[in-house]
Amino acid sequence: MLTLDGLRLTQGGFSLTADWTLPKGARLALIGPSGAGKSTLLAGIAGFLAPLHGRVTWDGTDLTGVPPGKRPVAMLFQDGNLLPHLTLAQNVGLGLRPDLRLTSDDRETVSSALARVGLAGLDARRPAALSGGQQSRAALARVLVMRRPILLLDEPFAALGPALRAEMLDLVSAVLGETGATLLMVTHEPEDAARITDLISVVASGRAERPVPTQEALDNPGPELGAYLGR
Amino acid sequence: MLRLGGAAALLVAALILAPLAAVLWRAGGAGWPGPADWAALRFTLLQASLSAILSAAFAIPVARALARRRFAGRAALITLMGAPFILPVIVAIAGLLTIFGRNGLVNSALEALGLPPIDIFGLHGVLLAHVFFNLPLAVRLLLEGWRAIPAEHFRLAAQLDLPPATIFRTLEWPMLRARLPGICAVIFAICLSSFATVLILGGGPAATNVELAIYQAFTFDFDLGRAAVLSALQLVIVAAAAVLALILAGNGTAAPGLDRLVQRWDGAGGLRLWDAAVLTLAAAFVALPIALVLGRGAASVLSLPVSIWMAAGVSLLVALASAAISVLLALALALPRRRRFEAVGLMTLAASPLVLGTGLFLLIRPFTFPGNHVLAITALVNAAMALPFVLRSLSPEIRQIEATYGRLSDSLGLGGWHRFRWLLLPRLRRPLGFATGLAAALSMGDLGVIALFPPPEAATLPLEIYRLLGAYRTEAAAGASLILTALSFGLFLLFDRMGRHADT
Amino acid sequence: MKHLITAAGLLLATGAMAEETPVLTIYTYDSFASEWGPGPALEQAFEADCACDLQFVTAGDGAALLSRLRLEGDATKADIVLGLDTNLTAAARDTGLFAPHGVSADYALPVAWNDPDFVPFDWGYFAFIGNQGDPAPTTFRDLADSDRRILIQDPRSSTPGLGLLLWVKQAYGDEAPAIWEALSDNIVTVTPGWSEAYGMFLEGEGDLVLSYTTSPAYHIIAEEDASKVALPFEEGHYMQIEVAGLVAGSDKADLAKSFLAFLVSDAAQSVIPTTNWMYPAVEPSAGLPEGFDMLITPAKPLLIAPEDVPATRDAALEEWRNALSQ
Repeated sequence: MLTLDGLRLTQGGFSLTADWTLPKGARLALIGPSGAGKSTLLAGIAGFLAPLHGRVTWDGTDLTGVPPGKRPVAMLFQDGNLLPHLTLAQNVGLGLRPDLRLTSDDRETVSSALARVGLAGLDARRPAALSGGQQSRAALARVLVMRRPILLLDEPFAALGPALRAEMLDLVSAVLGETGATLLMVTHEPEDAARITDLISVVASGRAERPVPTQEALDNPGPELGAYLGR
Repeated sequence: MLRLGGAAALLVAALILAPLAAVLWRAGGAGWPGPADWAALRFTLLQASLSAILSAAFAIPVARALARRRFAGRAALITLMGAPFILPVIVAIAGLLTIFGRNGLVNSALEALGLPPIDIFGLHGVLLAHVFFNLPLAVRLLLEGWRAIPAEHFRLAAQLDLPPATIFRTLEWPMLRARLPGICAVIFAICLSSFATVLILGGGPAATNVELAIYQAFTFDFDLGRAAVLSALQLVIVAAAAVLALILAGNGTAAPGLDRLVQRWDGAGGLRLWDAAVLTLAAAFVALPIALVLGRGAASVLSLPVSIWMAAGVSLLVALASAAISVLLALALALPRRRRFEAVGLMTLAASPLVLGTGLFLLIRPFTFPGNHVLAITALVNAAMALPFVLRSLSPEIRQIEATYGRLSDSLGLGGWHRFRWLLLPRLRRPLGFATGLAAALSMGDLGVIALFPPPEAATLPLEIYRLLGAYRTEAAAGASLILTALSFGLFLLFDRMGRHADT
Repeated sequence: MKHLITAAGLLLATGAMAEETPVLTIYTYDSFASEWGPGPALEQAFEADCACDLQFVTAGDGAALLSRLRLEGDATKADIVLGLDTNLTAAARDTGLFAPHGVSADYALPVAWNDPDFVPFDWGYFAFIGNQGDPAPTTFRDLADSDRRILIQDPRSSTPGLGLLLWVKQAYGDEAPAIWEALSDNIVTVTPGWSEAYGMFLEGEGDLVLSYTTSPAYHIIAEEDASKVALPFEEGHYMQIEVAGLVAGSDKADLAKSFLAFLVSDAAQSVIPTTNWMYPAVEPSAGLPEGFDMLITPAKPLLIAPEDVPATRDAALEEWRNALSQ
């Protein structure tokens, strides 16, 4: 269970509060206008931003002070998810062992993760030789091998076309099915939220609201979400 | 990493300050500089400021032309740009005189046209030489800056059909604004401690420098207190320049881009001619003096005495050791990304070799005879002197890498050695190669503190050249200078290539 | 393993030998001890008889040598300091580090020598060197009125530079500043050391360079080139006399004294002319090398008494700087 306990994050004069819990295995969409603080919230959970007040706990364990790499969190950023000088296998391998001392078992795991996301046989390629969709897949392969219980997506597929984006979201969904991870995903698109999440938190006016079931919220949006959706 | 950086900063600070303290202690107190010393200080500030501004100003069009043009020989030209900076001073001045001297090419041409000759001696001569030395360095450092502007941005600019002036304002100027202060500070500090160039080309005692004032205090008046105070004054000035540069540089880093070769679409037509002219002039300015000096030495290379070749071997070893020390120190200082550590690294430039050498002598003398360790001391001091340049080329890159991939690495738990091994090292290859080559070549060509404790045997090549010159053997000295230049440049080339072959 | 023992034995043996052989430490300037200077030949000749190990410790030049000695003070390792000149002997004597040498010889110096602390080993006259056949001014005033372009050295960092300063001062006294002012438009540049100025002269950067009357001897003897000549000046020529001294604290005073005696002996003096390119302090039995007879011999040697140098020097330097800084 992910708990945001009286959390208050500030970044450059901007401030965001959140005070709710998310059950294990939940899939949450963070939706709201640009600049409302969706990425700020993810940065707080991932450990890039120390809270001004409150704390983040996972299964009762306080994450305050835990460095990003030691948190039960895997994260995909808007861009720069792959290191251009490393091969796909190495990029994925980093998720297993940051020292890249991969055993043959590890390499096997990496290869099958790449195969799982549809990149079989491309282990030795470098990111620059891949299309945008393929790069996203490779990053997802790493999430797969990391086996962290929380997955944060900061719009990693924003640059992809609708069909490709849908494909990626399905892949995320499948990955979550395998790992049982809890998802928090920033999105601008109600249909993306509807596609793979079961909960929605509207982020607006300096507040991330308590999650509500996705379909319900989209069908009967409150004033904030309504304004965002243009209804 | 922070602790390592702190330790390195302490070490470097101790290397500069402990000798100074030793000299002050031996002097039994400070001495007040006289009017002549203040005059030296004023001239030093004037020439160093002008040299820095001119070098950086001329470097902008050259680096810009190099950044937006693709042509055969471009890589060779960039490599050539490293040459003057690593030339031994005495070789470089001889080279400049073959162009701008009384019997030089320029005056021969003027005479043929019936025009009055130009005189290279004076403030303008000092500035000319300093631009010759430092323009290429500024070009190389700026070129790294242009490389750091993501290809995507230029693509965007091409798509929007932005005119060159707008591209300059929106893409290039922010980069220049971030990098120029640092570059100017480095050149300012180099010129501040420029010794032989200022005295030889200055034309008279009005063009003098603090280092000569220190020398006078030391050997002429044996006023150690005054020497130490002058040396401290020089340190304070460089410190002020360094702090100012770091403040002005700000925190500007560009957005991330993929490792695409930067293709440029801007600058057709008249700009093409302009760039061609700029590059031709720069290449001639840099290459001609070097080529002429090397040509003179060619005749006597084969008849050089054995001791010269042995000295070449000694110099190579000292240079490699010095480069290794310098790069390791620079990494330790730059990796924590703390401006105060980097500022410490910049200070070594301002340390007077005479005070440094004498201080080390005083510190070491009670335990062992300094002459026995002169090569080790030379390697260490040379490493310290190269540190600012190594830092300048590594530190912006490290910041850039961290800005781009820092969060990803953090979230992956990529820390410590592994972060260095898998993130920084591969992406630092190019600046590391450049910096290592630079440090090795600088050490190779620098006379350094060895002149204070010249060992009767196992000399370095620059010392042997001075000995040859002092013994009337001008021809042999020209031959040895050729070898020194070839080795310096060879070392630089080797390491720079190793760094650059990663991409083209 | 066997090799290791042999090697260890050899090391021990050389260690023991080193202990038995007394080491005579001579502080000198770099070019004296270098491959091209007199050092190696002198070392070989002296070690042949002395059953000792002669070791040179070097500093940049004579002035740096004295600074090194002052830095070390009583703790100095030096038994002998070789390479000071008469412009430095007053300051050197003031350190109290030198002891009477007790050496005497039939000196071929243009001035009488009876300094109890310092032994002269070579000497020369400062002079402007030019090319044969070019206009040759015969006084400083002539030179100042001419269009000859001269390369000189800085008196603060160079021995010849200081020599020129004292030369003008000795020849012109209170008129020295006026001479410097008149010379200022002839001066191409003022280099930090002798090498830079001489090198630039050879490249044609100036018509005349300040050096020694013996400089043409190098070109005559080593290069068979007689085109370089020293210009005789009617005011006379300032001298440099290079000396060696015995360090009072030396625990090998006898050995050191025997070296000083060797230094003015024929064996050492015959080496000096073609290695240090100066006149030997004692005329060698075989005479001067061929080529030295082609050099000019100034009619009037100039030399400021060593004890007067420090005061004269500081005043002259101030005048020089003011005259040339305008």
